[in-house]
Amino acid sequence: MWRWLHPYAKGEATYRLLGHWLPWLAISAALSLLVGIVWGLAFAPPDYQQGDSYRIIYIHVPAAIFSMGAYTGMAITALIALVWQIRTAEWAIAAIAPVGAVLTAVSLFTGAVWGKPMWGTWWEWDARLTSQLILLFLYLGVLALYYAFDDKRTGAKAAGILALVGVVNVPIIHYSVYWWNTLHQGATITKFEKPSMATSMLIPLLICLLGFALFTAAMICWRLRHEILRQELHRPWVQQELIGQEKLN
Amino acid sequence: MIPRRKKRLVWVLVLITGVALSAGLILTALNENIDLFYTPSELVEGKGKDLRKPEVGQRLRLGGMVVEGSVRRDPETLEVSFRVTDIGPEVTVNYTGILPDLFREGQGIVAQGVLIEPTVLQATEVLAKHDEEYLPPEIAEAMKGIKHVDPNSAEAFPRSSEAEQDSANDSEGGY
Amino acid sequence: MAFSSFQEFIVMGGYGFFVWLAFGGTFLGLGLLVLRSVVARRHLEKACADHMRRQERLARRQKQERSR
Repeated sequence: MWRWLHPYAKGEATYRLLGHWLPWLAISAALSLLVGIVWGLAFAPPDYQQGDSYRIIYIHVPAAIFSMGAYTGMAITALIALVWQIRTAEWAIAAIAPVGAVLTAVSLFTGAVWGKPMWGTWWEWDARLTSQLILLFLYLGVLALYYAFDDKRTGAKAAGILALVGVVNVPIIHYSVYWWNTLHQGATITKFEKPSMATSMLIPLLICLLGFALFTAAMICWRLRHEILRQELHRPWVQQELIGQEKLN
Repeated sequence: MIPRRKKRLVWVLVLITGVALSAGLILTALNENIDLFYTPSELVEGKGKDLRKPEVGQRLRLGGMVVEGSVRRDPETLEVSFRVTDIGPEVTVNYTGILPDLFREGQGIVAQGVLIEPTVLQATEVLAKHDEEYLPPEIAEAMKGIKHVDPNSAEAFPRSSEAEQDSANDSEGGY
Repeated sequence: MAFSSFQEFIVMGGYGFFVWLAFGGTFLGLGLLVLRSVVARRHLEKACADHMRRQERLARRQKQERSR
């Protein structure tokens, strides 16, 4: 495996590989998001308790799940970056953090807008909401550390350590609604039993989940490509890629 | 693995374990304080290992189910009073203001306010909790016999004297 | 279709404001992320061009100094 992985530790090979994936990821993300959201907004039946306001679930739950998923991915790349000191893994931290931060912000925002009509409040300091807010600060902290040092590798190392340590928060977010009494309800689909949702509402949600997963993957690929270019700006292959062959001569 | 890498891996794993352990200890120590609310049983019988009871005059949050048939509304003002329960004791909540859309009898709620008597809460805020189940109205009606009713409409909570009568009408009437 | 008219679809059973605010905010957030990535590429191109011009100038000066 190491022999296979080795060439991708080099910037240019990874850049090309991600370039092959990116268009497919982007197209399938756009398609599944379109189908899932239109289905969820216009075709899924209303909820017996919450009427049409529950339709916010079609973005709230996917954003929340992948804000945690992206963080777990970032922690794993941070582990690889710290132990094996593979530079591409260091750069991946910087590629994942902004995407995860936006997903976290979206989950908090949609949650507030959903909470106002249903619970009666935009915000409550319960364990689930607070730990999700901490996740946003962790993402911002990782980003700040990454860019805070003049020496890029020191920054990547510091950001990696914070990313790794912060992963403790992910199970806390997930289990907060079971460990403590909270305003937020328990999980609908991320549990081992059958999802607590009628099939006619569940199918568009699953499509939205797929869409958000693909969108997250596409954005990470895209940003990692840019980070590789940024880090290797002095290399001839990058100059060829950015400026073009004809202008070089 | 190269010894240098092994050393780094061990170091990183020790770091994570340490942070996870200390986070676990802190959260266990703070356990009761992280709970958002008292349940009615905790309010009456005491909370935690040493069964601490809140005192009259204390500001707190109470969470539980609205007891069926306990909602009394003042027809003139927005004053409302209802009882909240979990598995045993009931606590009365007085509140003036607009209730959230999900508020109805049998619904989970969280009320914040001041304890004016050992089992009476003068609430300044009432929030509705909902469960993680999502069902279309027809299926919910078939499975549970529940209908969505706007809580702020007049017919949602008839004044107590008419309550029995109205619940009889409910089975035939529409929304 | 859960709605019988477009009007009803916009109103969302009285929750229109919240539903559309949530979806609007989400698209704004995700859209800004995409837009930033588009702009980032242009910044990189400019940074690269600047870097190359600087290298060229340096090389020219070195040549001049050597010929002197």
